[in-house]
This record gives sequence, structure tokens and C-alpha cells, in this order.
Amino acid sequence: MLAIYPLLKAAWVVWFFLLFGFILAWVLRPGRRHAYQALADIPLRDEAPRARRPNRSI
Amino acid sequence: MPEGGHAARLAAVSGSWRQESYVDGPIRAMAVATLFWGIVGFLVGVVVASQLAFPLLNLDLEWTTFGRLRPVHTSAVIFAFGGNALLCTSLYVVQRTCRARLFGGEEMGWFLFWGYQFFIVMAALGYVLGVTQGKEYAEPEWYVDLWLTVVWVSYLVAFGGTILRREEPHIYVANWFFLAFIITVAMLHIGNNIALPLSLGHVKSYGAASGVQDAMIQWWYGHNAVGFFLTAGFLGIMYYFIPKQADRPVYSYRLSIIHFWSLIFLYIWAGPHHLHYTALPDWAQTLGMVFSVMLWMPSWGGMINGLMTLSGAWDKLRTDPGLRFSVAAVGFYAMATFEGPVMSIKAVNALSHYTDWTIGHVHSGALGWNGFITFGALYWLVPRLWGKTELYSKKLAEWHFWIATLGIVLYITAMWVSGIMQGLMWRSYDELGFLQYSFVETVAAMHPYYVIRMLGGVLYLSGALLMAYNLWRTVRDVPQTQPLVTPVFPAASPAE
Repeated sequence: MLAIYPLLKAAWVVWFFLLFGFILAWVLRPGRRHAYQALADIPLRDEAPRARRPNRSI
Repeated sequence: MPEGGHAARLAAVSGSWRQESYVDGPIRAMAVATLFWGIVGFLVGVVVASQLAFPLLNLDLEWTTFGRLRPVHTSAVIFAFGGNALLCTSLYVVQRTCRARLFGGEEMGWFLFWGYQFFIVMAALGYVLGVTQGKEYAEPEWYVDLWLTVVWVSYLVAFGGTILRREEPHIYVANWFFLAFIITVAMLHIGNNIALPLSLGHVKSYGAASGVQDAMIQWWYGHNAVGFFLTAGFLGIMYYFIPKQADRPVYSYRLSIIHFWSLIFLYIWAGPHHLHYTALPDWAQTLGMVFSVMLWMPSWGGMINGLMTLSGAWDKLRTDPGLRFSVAAVGFYAMATFEGPVMSIKAVNALSHYTDWTIGHVHSGALGWNGFITFGALYWLVPRLWGKTELYSKKLAEWHFWIATLGIVLYITAMWVSGIMQGLMWRSYDELGFLQYSFVETVAAMHPYYVIRMLGGVLYLSGALLMAYNLWRTVRDVPQTQPLVTPVFPAASPAE
């Protein structure tokens, strides 16, 4: 057990790195532009609806 | 009192409308408390700044010495002003973006309000009377810590419960930041305050850790108080109120998610940069430095996201002083999060540590980022919370903006000059290898900059007084337009 402890510690770093990489890949995957636009609109939908101009690059 | 139209509208709504409305009463109280504690905290800041310039102002009384008043200032501005601002905005935002009434209702809101004010008063009384753990930003003794834990867990239950009962399927990104702030502060507060009192009837306690472990736990807490209380929580404010003020969705929702996760992954490791060149092992110091430098990326990603939200709406900066505060706040966030990683580099820290440069850095973040984003949110929120048509005076808000900005510029430039001069004087040697300056010579050299810093604080405080007057007149004199309590789903509007 003691012998593999350093390896487990190193694996923890790798696991965090992979997890963060997965989050990046998941968030940046293509074809989600409209879905994200709808989510970004949430604060603007919490009052009575009104006409708004679009504002978006991504 | 409500207008005729308001009363008619209320009458048209069924008898159960109160159950379907947002909890706003405690949030209004929290907005008032934010203003009140802000002014108290800024005022005590001016007092302690004056004491540094003119030590006679310590008054030779134990209760008014710098050592006792300094934590009153830091706790008042961070936990009382900042904490009430975060409670106020987070509970406002979570209800609106989840389309759900606060979990626990009015009672929960009022418990959080009074429970938190009680914590503040207990902590401040302790400082003035000399009851302290002596840990920076964690000065309250064990009995106050226990009470804060009760209030904070209730806050988590209220916030998390509201998210769980949401009508909106997605949890908006501002709530992620608020939730990270609430959970992490709970963890930090408990982790850093594990202590045993002398007896149940005694105010004094001793911490479980000692030596360098205690120092490391303290700065794990201390830096993440900056990272999660003063950064993540206030980013939650940015991600809701800048889109509302600009009437534009956030520039990139993708970037906001990446901003969130990269901050969460990186910030928690940066604490050791407070302990460079101490007994802390070198590897831990280097780890803290490297993670601090990496924080540049998420910080600037978030800053760009906040600023670019204004694309197509930059003209509003001319007409909306509240938005001007919010945008200037993001600018100060950019500046402070650039300066911080620079100062965490060990070679730079060798010059900057223990000098006024650190104080200037903290205040560019605190006055510029935390203060301004809160002022921006209050100028937007107060008219809406009290159902008013508009702000009482835009002109006064503009005066507030420029007076406060000038105050910050005076403060941080004075501290840059004073701090770098102080660091250089400490490390100056003569040709024989003796120190060039005695300590008291460095103190005397800093006097003019301490006076400039004090004037900067006076300007910042004056601006806050203008805001308090402006908001008070807004609540008292501006006509009412909408019901005080906004129904979640207004009965008068047709189904979509």
C-alpha cells in the first residue's frame, strides 16, 4: 500500500486534469449555440416579456 | 401605500397569491443593511487610515487602538457590507432565475437577515473589547463562529432548497457562482475555526492546529475568503446584474461555464502565496505561486465576458450611472486579478510582502471590484425592490461615481508608491553591508502617502453617503409603479 501511495497521489492530479479537460470538451462541443443562447436569456425572461435586440457572438 | 391600480390588481389575484410570490421583504432589509454597514465600514476605514497617518488618534484608549479597530474595519466591509450585499442579491437572483419562491419563505429570509446582523454585532463587540482569535479575517471567537455556522447552513438550505424547487429547468450560471461561494465559505469557516474553548463559560479558545500547519490552514481560509467570498459570490452579481442593466444576455454563456469551472479548479490552491519565504515547505510556496499565475486565465476570461456583454449597448454607459459602476467594477476586477498573480511570483513577493503594496492591491479589488459592483447592483435593485419608476437622481449617482473613482485612484497610487518605496528601503544596504535605513525612517517616509490614502478614503466614504441619500429619496419620494411583492406568475398576464 505504501509503495503505491505516490502513484495514487499522482493519479489524483491526472484525474483532475482529465475531469477538467472533459468539462472543457463538453462545454465547447459544437452545435449548441442556440441552446446556450436560450440559457443566457434566463435573467431577461424573469420579468414581463418585451422585445429585445439580439446580442451574440457565440 | 399601493396605488389604486395596484390594489385593484391585488384584488384580482386569488387569496393564495402570497404563496406564489417572491420573498422580497427580507431582501429589502438586506439592501438597507448593505448600505448601513458599508458606511460604517468605510468610516472605520477612514478612522484607522487617519490613525496610521496621525497616531495620536488612537486616543490612548485600549478600545480605540489601531489593533482593535482594524478588524472592525475589515469585518465591516467584507462580512457586513459584502455579506449583506451577497445575501441580498443571491436571494433576489435565485428566486427570479429559478422562478421559485425562497425555500423556507418569509420566515427563513427574516431569520437569515437577523441571524447575520447578530453575528456582525457580536463579532464587532468582541474586537473592540479585545476578544479575538488573532487570525486575519477569522477573528471572531468560538461562540460567534458557532452561531455563524448555524446561520450559514440555513443560508445553504434556503438557497439550495430554492434551486431544487425551480420551475426553470436550467440553473443559471450566476447561481452556480453563488452556490460555490456558499458551500466553500462553509467549508473554509469550519476548517479554519476548529478550536476548543477553555470552558463553556469562557470566551477564549485554542485552535486545533499549531505552527506552520495553522498558518497554512489560515491562509487556505484567508485566500479563499478572497476567492470565494469576494470573487465567486460577486461574479454571481456580475452575471445577473450586468445583463439586466445592459438589457443584453451575457456575451458568451459557454465562456461563463468555463470561467466557473476553471476558477473552482484553481482558486483553492493559491493560498500558500501568502506564506512565501516562511517555514512553509518550498514546494507548497511554489504550488501557490503557480496556481495564482494560472488564475490569470479564468479571471480575464470572466472579465472579457462581463465587458463584452455591453457590445451594442455601450451608449448606456452615458445614461446609466448604475451600469457605469458595474462596468468600472469589472475593469478593477481585471486590474486586481492581473496584479495579484504578479505579486504571487516569489521574486516580486520578496519586494512586495509586508509592504503597503499589498494593502493597495487589496483595496483596488475591494473598493473597485466589490464596492462598485455592489453600488451598481443597488442603483438597479433599490428602485425595483420598492416598486419605483426610477432613481431619485442620476446626477447624484454620477457624482458618486466620479468621487469614488477619484478616491480609489488616490488610495491605490499612494499605496503603490509607499509600498514599493518601503520595500526598497528595507532591502537597501550601504557599502559596508549594513542596512541603509532604520525601520522608523521608513515609517517617517510613508507619512505623506498615508495622508493621501486617508483623503482617498474620505472621498470614497463621501460618495457612499451621496448614494445613501439618493436611495433614501428614491424610496421616499419617487412615485410607485408596481406592486411591492412581484408575483412569480402574474395572474393578470395571459398564459404563454
